[in-house]
Amino acid sequence: MTLFDFIQRLLGRQKPSGTMAKERLQLVLAHDRSDLNPELLEQMRREILEVVQRYVEIDIEEGDVSLETEDRVTALVANLPIKRARPLPALVAAAAAVGMAQAPDPEAPQELALPLACEPTEDPSPAAADPV
Amino acid sequence: MDAVTSAPARIILICSGKGGVGKTTLTANLGIALARLGERTVVLDADFGLRNLDLLLGLENRIVYTAQEVLAETCRLEQALVKHKQEPNLALLPAGNPRMLEWLTPEDMQRIVAMVAERADFVLIDCPAGIEDGFKNAAAAAREAIVITTPEVSAVRDADRVIGLLNTRGVAPVQLVLNRVRPKMMASQEMLGVDDVTDILALPLVGLVVEDEQVIVSTNRGEPLTLNGNGSPAAKAYQNIAKRLRGEDIPLEDPSKARKGLRARLMNKIRKTTGLF
Repeated sequence: MTLFDFIQRLLGRQKPSGTMAKERLQLVLAHDRSDLNPELLEQMRREILEVVQRYVEIDIEEGDVSLETEDRVTALVANLPIKRARPLPALVAAAAAVGMAQAPDPEAPQELALPLACEPTEDPSPAAADPV
Repeated sequence: MDAVTSAPARIILICSGKGGVGKTTLTANLGIALARLGERTVVLDADFGLRNLDLLLGLENRIVYTAQEVLAETCRLEQALVKHKQEPNLALLPAGNPRMLEWLTPEDMQRIVAMVAERADFVLIDCPAGIEDGFKNAAAAAREAIVITTPEVSAVRDADRVIGLLNTRGVAPVQLVLNRVRPKMMASQEMLGVDDVTDILALPLVGLVVEDEQVIVSTNRGEPLTLNGNGSPAAKAYQNIAKRLRGEDIPLEDPSKARKGLRARLMNKIRKTTGLF
């Protein structure tokens, strides 16, 4: 280890390489074991978010869909902080309004934007917006 | 070796996926160690294209026949088995000749291993690197397996692939040997730790072999470390693996956590927090 590395480590700026090796391995093995490449995973992530968004309003920035592996079992783990449930009439309207031109949520990526029939009623509570 | 066998032979595949992690060295040393413990042991070099087990055992000049001639019935099994001079409980059987690259099938392998198993307590199959035909042939006759890896990302990743293949084939138990362990680097977390590797691969550990220059010296001489009983750390580790395979309870100690005195523990702590030394 060079002095520079040592100082970086002391300042908490750099992880030891063994830790990096473990993290990188866990990620690559999750993909190896499931035969899913990152592109497919990204596509799946988008589709899952799309479906979930029809029912609840979620924080897309905080949302995370990833593969995790433990004891040779790979799991698809989705962590989607819910801002609030969509009211029932909105759901019905959303179903009816698919394809209708409507201003999309500026926060959301274009392809994830679904028609919103209800106006926002209240700010999301900070607790609900926190990822679990 | 006599033909009377009581318990069925243990047929163990030694594999790794990646090349150069120590399969053949493990096979040679484990073969000698088991033979020394009184087990009739046959080491089978399944890597007939690039065979090297003969070289590590110092038997390279004594090979006349191979499994290929036995299966073709141009020689008897006893003629093809190369007995080790100093350790008569150990015999080497090369699967084939490097010049013949296309003859071996999984069925051939099953036939020859069944013949060998009749007169042995342990059959160790030295698997070629890779996960293609060579691996499939070598694995065809195996009942259990030892996967050997080093604490490096590429070796662990390849080991994981091999473990997946062994699982689908129903080979069990599959145990792990971690080779070329560098305790200092592990203690400073600049290398995958023992726990990291066992967590990731989820296999029971049957041996830890520390990086040891004596391995190179013994390879140069064609005398496995376990042969001359010198007290090198790697020799000890191979002997312990042999004992564990026979069911002896020998505790495994993580060498990166092994030092026990107060001063050593303090140094370990400093090393861990600072990454120095």
